[in-house]
Amino acid sequence: MKKSRNSVLVLGAGIAGIQASLDLAEMGVGVHLVEGTPTIGGRMPQLDKTFPTNDCSMCILSPKMSECVRHPLITLHIKSSLEKIEGAPGDFRCTVIERAKYVDPVKCVSCGLCEEKCPVKIDDVFDEGLRKTKAISRYFLQSIPSEYTINAGHCLYLTKGVCRLCEKVCPTGAINYGDMDREIELNVNAVILATGIDPYDPIGFGHFGYRRYSNVVTSLEFERMLSASGPLSGHVARASDGRAPENIAFIQCVGSRDISIDRNYCSSACCMFAIKQSIIAREHNRDLSATIFYMDIRAFGKDFDRYYEKAQEQYGVEFVRSKVAEVRELRNGNLELKYTFENGDIQHREFDMVVLSIGLQPRAGSRELSGKLDIGLNRFGFCRSDTFRPLNTTRDGVFVCGAMNGPKDNPESVVSASGAVAGAMEYLDAARYEPSAGGGGVPEKHVTGERPRIGVFVCHCGINIAGVVDVKDVAAYAAGLPNVEHAENVVYACSTDCLETIKSRVAEHDLNRVVVAACTPRTHEPLFRQTISEAGLNPYLFEMANIRDQCSWAHMDEPEQATSKSKDLVEMAVAKARGLTPLERLPIEIDPEALVIGGGLSGMSAALSIADAGHDVYLVERAEDLGGNMRDIFFNFDGSDPQEFLSGLIDRVLGHNRIKVWRKASIEDITGYVGNFRTKLTGESGELEELSHGAVVVATGGQEHETEEYQYGRSSRVVTQKEFERMLHDGSFPAGRLREVVMIQCVGSREEGRMYCSRICCSKAVKNALQLRKRKPRANIYFAVRDVRTYGFAEEHYSELRDSGALFFRYTPDSKPTAELIDPEDPHSRVRVTVLDPVLEKEVVIDADLLVLATAIDALPENLKLARMLKVPLNSDGMFLEAHVKLRPVDFATEGIFVCGLAHGPKDMSESLVQARAAAGRALTFLRKKSILAEGTIAEVRRERCSGCGYCQAVCAYSAIEVDPEEQVAVVNDALCKGCGACVASCRCGALDLRGFSNIQLYSVFNSLVRETAEGVVN
Amino acid sequence: MNKEFVPRITSFLCKWCSYTGADLAGTSRLQYSASIIPIQVMCSSRVDPVFLLKAYLSGSDGVLLGGCHPGDCHYETGNYHTRRRFAIVREVFESLGLESDRLRLSWISASEGPKFARIANEFTEEIRLLGENPTRKSIFL
Repeated sequence: MKKSRNSVLVLGAGIAGIQASLDLAEMGVGVHLVEGTPTIGGRMPQLDKTFPTNDCSMCILSPKMSECVRHPLITLHIKSSLEKIEGAPGDFRCTVIERAKYVDPVKCVSCGLCEEKCPVKIDDVFDEGLRKTKAISRYFLQSIPSEYTINAGHCLYLTKGVCRLCEKVCPTGAINYGDMDREIELNVNAVILATGIDPYDPIGFGHFGYRRYSNVVTSLEFERMLSASGPLSGHVARASDGRAPENIAFIQCVGSRDISIDRNYCSSACCMFAIKQSIIAREHNRDLSATIFYMDIRAFGKDFDRYYEKAQEQYGVEFVRSKVAEVRELRNGNLELKYTFENGDIQHREFDMVVLSIGLQPRAGSRELSGKLDIGLNRFGFCRSDTFRPLNTTRDGVFVCGAMNGPKDNPESVVSASGAVAGAMEYLDAARYEPSAGGGGVPEKHVTGERPRIGVFVCHCGINIAGVVDVKDVAAYAAGLPNVEHAENVVYACSTDCLETIKSRVAEHDLNRVVVAACTPRTHEPLFRQTISEAGLNPYLFEMANIRDQCSWAHMDEPEQATSKSKDLVEMAVAKARGLTPLERLPIEIDPEALVIGGGLSGMSAALSIADAGHDVYLVERAEDLGGNMRDIFFNFDGSDPQEFLSGLIDRVLGHNRIKVWRKASIEDITGYVGNFRTKLTGESGELEELSHGAVVVATGGQEHETEEYQYGRSSRVVTQKEFERMLHDGSFPAGRLREVVMIQCVGSREEGRMYCSRICCSKAVKNALQLRKRKPRANIYFAVRDVRTYGFAEEHYSELRDSGALFFRYTPDSKPTAELIDPEDPHSRVRVTVLDPVLEKEVVIDADLLVLATAIDALPENLKLARMLKVPLNSDGMFLEAHVKLRPVDFATEGIFVCGLAHGPKDMSESLVQARAAAGRALTFLRKKSILAEGTIAEVRRERCSGCGYCQAVCAYSAIEVDPEEQVAVVNDALCKGCGACVASCRCGALDLRGFSNIQLYSVFNSLVRETAEGVVN
Repeated sequence: MNKEFVPRITSFLCKWCSYTGADLAGTSRLQYSASIIPIQVMCSSRVDPVFLLKAYLSGSDGVLLGGCHPGDCHYETGNYHTRRRFAIVREVFESLGLESDRLRLSWISASEGPKFARIANEFTEEIRLLGENPTRKSIFL
């Protein structure tokens, strides 16, 4: 199956490595996933929740982990390292060392007896040393693969030659002390590096007392405390006395934005991390008060500012802009913070607990790795990549994604992973492939006509369910229901070992229907369906009871009612399962072409990535010229020339034999579905053309907010940052003196009507101010800011600007700066800017020769029309809303449609490029296949009952059902039917039904609800 | 009326909006009445008017139908059909002398966890005041 000449090595199995592997495998490319620890998952499993949706981290990750480990094209090398890459791009020879595991993964059943008996206790790395584990262990409870491994450095037998207890208790003889490290050689076409980051170790911060004071913890330790599956089972307690803290201080920028330790970069994620932790801590204990000590709150991502607002308004989190000078322990274990305000005032305050928001730093050993692999690092030790080649290392054919080349949050890591995959495509065989029907080749059992034999698995989800619902009682209840052959409790139904359990139970009890009572089918149904198909059952012989998201979590204070409702839900699921029938998924042909809407940086980059992979691309631009917003960008921090890059990009697009460009074009209509879209557009000639294509990339961009504030439009001396940048480029400054220059940030952003951060304005203003410095060294530069959000490596330039003498004044939305024209009659009037500085508590008045406004980025009003055509959602700001903000950041819920660039939300050039490549990469996961399989949930007609009335035809929004004029019966087009069931409910003859949600199935579901009906009721 | 009366409310929720909103209520740990018993359907328009009648006559104290907001339907127009059908079902209920207040149609989006929790609580309270489904004691064929 695996062609050695069509494979990629992915180093690091965190969320980025997993995403890259899954995308590649979806395209039919073989993957060697090399991971240093004994499990895949990386940092994300350590997180309890993720911002800004408070999604449970493990819940959204574990389906991907399971999918990754079970994909036939992904070969996993755990406890392994990449030692060498030789050869040329397209034909690399990689040397990998697989370290000894000392446990035979084939024999190990993960029963845990060895760990129980092992006498050696060591700090649990996964739980940040907050609890002990053993020398033989699993990395964490939901590790994948789930088999145990021995830590050779601590094992008594391997170090001192005594013990062998694990060998004695192992029921399967899986222990193998003679296991050896193995060196293997892998031939691959390209390499993707995704080794991630390490948290900063604050041991050097003596004045915060970490490790000296027991109630000072790092944010990662605190995260493990918050986690329900963590060492404290989610009950935060102080190490000193076990008491639940009532007030917690978060100290930001520990190990970030700090020149003294050579970390003059922003770790980008810690502000949101602290806000999230304060919200979650408050949810655990409503009396808790949380205080965040910060320099700037950098909530710059999509919907982050709303989260920040919510923390203040709904959760009463207190934000104190100050610098913490010292933490001192008091006798009772409390901690006294000494902190300084910007005006020099010093205050003291006592807290029960202190959380240090530690920064992100390059992985330990990354310098050594860079030497071995011959890749460059930046001055902070992160993997080096450039603005316009953000996914390339300095070595051709070796790509980088995730936080390895700079701090990133989860969605950015996922985006960069899909982007790196698009980059790697250049070195891979372009042939399209035919995916297998799934089920891992296990032949499907015939169950039609058999009596239903249902297996019910009731999940504890750690304590997520079991902490509220009496899961044992629920399982016992299920066991007594008609047709239930087997019922049992499982700790984590989605873990690999439980999935194996389900499979073996299907065989043991000859089950022909499976019910899992756990979380929501939205996230986990695909996983369980896949599992039962591996056990030889049709995947549709499966039903879920949502006893977590819609029961235990929603009725935490009513355990009895939650248990009773869980029983109802299980009984309903069993009732439905009884009536389930096997369904078939029909193949849908995929057109190999892609439509890219928007010819800016994102659209063109996406188009090129898809075209370079061998697919025809239709690129549609509404303006006369390609280039979009980038046509107004002239400078870059690293000195590279955006216009030079842009013209090169435009030339490549126009010269590409697989890209057809329409300019001054408008899209009239888009119909169809994944693989089979039809688009009507009018081009320059005004002629209507029709295109067919398999995927759509939305890259329509955004626009600068048109402000009326601060005298904009009333004097030529009031300009936007965009206009200012052009001035800097062509020297078209207003005539006369240019000594006093004021820049106002957040014009239109972060306020009512636009409650979001436009993300790029702070860095853009700093960039332009530095350019101004070069041209007018004597100019005074003043900034009116709320928070300065120069995240990532832009922080260095912010420091540079401050060091050069630029002054920064803080303002709040209630006391915005004001601007008056000094001579209102003069169209070139100077502007008097008044800023109330809350720190200095006085008004600062500047007669500005130039006032530069950092105006917000707006969504395009045209988005609405396009969103309706594509049937995809917009968020409340009018920007396109992705399928899942964390783990499906460039996909839409509707298959085959992807989003990138400003259409998704504000972002800079580099980020747009990464996202464009990601959208291309995701689109290629469809385009590379000749066909995909349609859903099984579609409408069907019982011809003998149909009267041909045509109601269904009138109701169907997809023209998927029509009355055959000859036979006078309705006929369903299986490929077009989306399975909504509107037609079924409209059918007055009972001729229509919906597979998987049939009338009889749904009847039995709600009929099963009424258990204690009054006597005499006849149903 | 029995103070211990815990209503049972059959809740048909569309997969894309209301069911997801209900999930979000749980993920956000918003606490709401356990009387709400969810049944996932692909679209609110899948819910045949007969289902509402049948659920009521088989003893549900209340029947909740949740769909996407008008204009937001994952299937474009499904919820418009739902809206029309629902209006008719209410009329049918009234003309049959059944309590149409026991039926409720709500638009709840995937991001409206708080709204789901609020509606769940409000509707439960309304049903609690109405008391047990009177048809439970009656005979229906």
